[in-house]
Amino acid sequence: MKPAAFDYYCPETIAETVNLLSEYGDDSLLLAGGLSLGAMLNMRIARPSVLIDINKVKHLDNITKTDGHLKIGALVRQGHLTSSKQCSVFIPLLAEGMKHLGHYQTRSRGTIGGSVAHADPSAEIPLCAVTLGGEVELMSSRGKRTVAANDFFVGALETLRAEDELVTGVNFPIYEGKYGVAFDEISERKGDFAIVAAAAYIAVKDEQVQIKIGLGGVEDRPRYIEFNDRKIEHENICENIDDFISELVPLEDRRASGAFRQQLAGHLSRKVFKIAMENCDFEAS
Amino acid sequence: MTRNKEPWIGQAVPRLEDAALLSGNARYIDDLSPVPGIKHVCFLRSPYPHARLIDIDISAALKMPGVYSVLTGDEISAITDPLVSAIRAPVTYYPIAVEKVRYVGEPVALVIADDRYLGEDAAEVINVTYEELPAVVDPLEAIKATAPFLHEKVGSNVLHDRQFVYGDPDNAFAEADHVIKLNWRYPKQSATPMETFGVIAQFERQPDRYSVWSNFQGPYILQPIMARALRVSGNFLRLISAPFSGGSFGLKQSIYPYIVLLAAASRISGLPLKWTEDRLEHLMASSSAADRADELEAAFASDGTLLGLRFKNCVNVGAYVRAPEPASVYRMHAASNGCYAVKNISIQNKLVSTNKMPVGLNRGYGGPQFYYGLERMMDLTARKLNIDTAEIRRKNFIPKDQFPYHAPAGAIYDSGNYSEALDLLLKLSNYENIKKRRKQARAAGKLFGIGMGAGVEPSGSNMAYVTLAQTAEERKRAGGRSGGTAVASVTIDPTGAVSVNLDSTPAGQGHQTVAAQIVADILGLSPSKIKVNTALDTGAGGWSLASGNYSNRFSSIVITSLTRSAEKIAMKLRKIAANILEVATEDIELVGGGARVVGIPDTGIPIERVAAAAHWDPVSIPTDLEPGLSDIAYYNPDVLASPDKEDRVASALTFGYIFDLAAVEIDPATGRVTVDCYASVHDVGQVLNPIIVEGQIRGGFAHGFGAAMFEELSYDDNGNFLSGSFADYLCPNASDLPHLEFAHYRTDTPTNPLGSKGMGDGSSMLTPVVMANAVADALGCEQIDLPLTLNKVWKFVQERKIR
Repeated sequence: MKPAAFDYYCPETIAETVNLLSEYGDDSLLLAGGLSLGAMLNMRIARPSVLIDINKVKHLDNITKTDGHLKIGALVRQGHLTSSKQCSVFIPLLAEGMKHLGHYQTRSRGTIGGSVAHADPSAEIPLCAVTLGGEVELMSSRGKRTVAANDFFVGALETLRAEDELVTGVNFPIYEGKYGVAFDEISERKGDFAIVAAAAYIAVKDEQVQIKIGLGGVEDRPRYIEFNDRKIEHENICENIDDFISELVPLEDRRASGAFRQQLAGHLSRKVFKIAMENCDFEAS
Repeated sequence: MTRNKEPWIGQAVPRLEDAALLSGNARYIDDLSPVPGIKHVCFLRSPYPHARLIDIDISAALKMPGVYSVLTGDEISAITDPLVSAIRAPVTYYPIAVEKVRYVGEPVALVIADDRYLGEDAAEVINVTYEELPAVVDPLEAIKATAPFLHEKVGSNVLHDRQFVYGDPDNAFAEADHVIKLNWRYPKQSATPMETFGVIAQFERQPDRYSVWSNFQGPYILQPIMARALRVSGNFLRLISAPFSGGSFGLKQSIYPYIVLLAAASRISGLPLKWTEDRLEHLMASSSAADRADELEAAFASDGTLLGLRFKNCVNVGAYVRAPEPASVYRMHAASNGCYAVKNISIQNKLVSTNKMPVGLNRGYGGPQFYYGLERMMDLTARKLNIDTAEIRRKNFIPKDQFPYHAPAGAIYDSGNYSEALDLLLKLSNYENIKKRRKQARAAGKLFGIGMGAGVEPSGSNMAYVTLAQTAEERKRAGGRSGGTAVASVTIDPTGAVSVNLDSTPAGQGHQTVAAQIVADILGLSPSKIKVNTALDTGAGGWSLASGNYSNRFSSIVITSLTRSAEKIAMKLRKIAANILEVATEDIELVGGGARVVGIPDTGIPIERVAAAAHWDPVSIPTDLEPGLSDIAYYNPDVLASPDKEDRVASALTFGYIFDLAAVEIDPATGRVTVDCYASVHDVGQVLNPIIVEGQIRGGFAHGFGAAMFEELSYDDNGNFLSGSFADYLCPNASDLPHLEFAHYRTDTPTNPLGSKGMGDGSSMLTPVVMANAVADALGCEQIDLPLTLNKVWKFVQERKIR
């Protein structure tokens, strides 16, 4: 369990980083918190020729409020986000999700960018980003682009990030109207990767109620379903959620069968929907 | 009178070990660098569960930077002999693969390099040609005639099959009102110590001998086995233990093949070598408890009286039999009646080899597997006969007036009062209230269950119990075996400072603290004044075949040798002091750091001055005394005799007991088992140090809870290993453990001077079955297997709906 040899770079600016990426591209890997990569290097599952350690890159660890968005820099530690007031005020669903993410110790190391770039199918931050319609910001020597989170995640540990691109941050839309949110997940032990995670978001917009239910860990990437209506037809929505889940193709592994995942998805969706309804600061139905 | 008015024993003396541990100053095996020029070893391990070794091409590896040598089974087996066990089947076991690999992770080549990184680089370019063979991992599949054989010379995968009969079980079953049968699978599990294996080996010249530093935990009966494998006499193999060990739980017994391997490699290469096992190696290829496919039949009278038991044990020992195996199935053998007065027992022990990592000591050593059958049976029968689960046990308990109790298979239970301890458990758990809540919960459609378990804890092992693997005839031919000798020494140096040496090689259990308490009481000192050395060095003497850290031998046997040694030193101090003070020896007491005339504080002289006389002025001490102040005591309890002709053996010295109760509720939607209450009552005799005893109780419960809910070393059907990290082998975190309510019930053992019983296994033996009982009760089902993961419990719930 010792890594194979690699060249090590420790750039301090985004420009340096993307230059290294454009030079080494598919031969390189980016090191942020190292929670997943550290083990993969030690097991020699990952064997980059070049390791680019971005922990010292400046301007990647800020949380900034812009017009309609909260931008979370890629190097913001999960622990920082967990205690961030901006997060709990402007992205309450993510704040709820963070309560389930890892352990105190791992959160002080793990980063937002790392979580998004790693793209574990059951990870909390990708699920929240997809459910809330967030975007992933990417930078390369070719320029900057943003990709909708729902498009960014294409499979288990697979994203649209090109090999020369750096994830610089995740933008979450801020909604300052009335809303209710809830997040829950089932894992074997507290802090483990979830078997299934579920997120619910209910908001009032233009006299319409918008309901989003997101599911992580069921398929190989986060999925969500959205309803917009004048009022909430509870039964109807639950039926729609059930239909949505029955059409998912669940993952199967040693920890959980597809049938178990699907039934957990139904159970958790109804649960978070109910809690989000109760949490609404408006009369939802 | 040599004792203080308020003895240190029994007090919550803070652990003397903790300052070093908490300040980072404790030195573990990986911190040691005892000789210059040490090179690092890493292994190329088999990726196949079963394959023939056609060719190993090391030429490219030898050219890699920083590489000194690459060795394979051919070189090692040329200068060593196979490691032997009590099993007579022709199984050839070398610490590195020879001709064949038989499990994933088996060492195939050993690389010696400047560091581990370079070693792993070189291991990657060793080119091994394997001829893959079909593999078998399931013990019931492995016993079939069509299964692939691991050891062709055996002609079967059954390495051992013995049948034992005590009393008249056939008659008991014929007369029974109810015969109940259970069969089940018990998963392969490990106690996963934080610190992995570590070995530093040097072959020294003139005198030619092997010196090996390691975190080997004993039993030192393996030292002669290692010496034999290395083809040297015992004094040519010096084993030195590291000052601290980061947890052991039995696992570090299984390090000894690596000791032989590194020692031989050091001799061949002429280099001092070091190997620190990593977590992947540890999970894949160190050791574990056995997975089993056991069966139990029980005969009951209609009133719930247990009349007879028929055990059919099928133990998966993995790819090889590694001594002291097959001890894991024989450890509970002499106590096969558990806590009960049942007289008629038959036992079949079948040992099966499969393409899995070999098994060995692991906390509870055969206990969790044994009690899983017996205590599932008691709960299940109670439900079938509509008797309370507590009361069916009480009905069958050995009555308190029958201690010391001679169990049918030979165990001699030292002391106990099971019925009153059970009362304490029922009170502690508020049993009547729990039963009421179960009724209410069920009426509301909830899945609520109660599980119970009772068990004895054999402690201070008889080294001979494993010879039950041989027939009485074979035992006779092999020569006598008995005993469990403990060794301790107490020395007072010329400055008057006290040093103690123990042979119990602890791995965090606080032996130093308790030993200091014991000696402090006898010498009239404070424990903080006493230095206790537990780093054993076989080259310095002071050890026995039984030395080591297992079967709770410290608090059952080692304390007696320590007490005896300290008392001899105390007597000598008193004689010298009596001589100085010109009074009779009987008039001297050792109190408060000095010797004084009984009851007259003013007469005291400091212990340093008394000790000084023996060192600086030996002519002055009474002529019947030897100079110096050092004593070594060897002690063996006579009761630990050889097995008799009827295969009965007094397998251990003390039999503490543990009664546990769990109440659980199951969420049918998620399979989540929530513990409503977990209560545990322990009889450990006198509590030597409540801090340490509580730590052991909580640790045993944590291991048991992990085993019940999460843990399994998994293989797929083809023998591929699936649990190579802590993301795959799930141990409970502190936050995953439910609240534990525990209490002590005390009956002192008459077998040692302090009345304390061994207690380190504790609930690790019972929590697995107690949780299974509770979940089975909640679901109303019979068949249940561990671990009780979410998906599995959810599946049980679905099956219940269908039923």
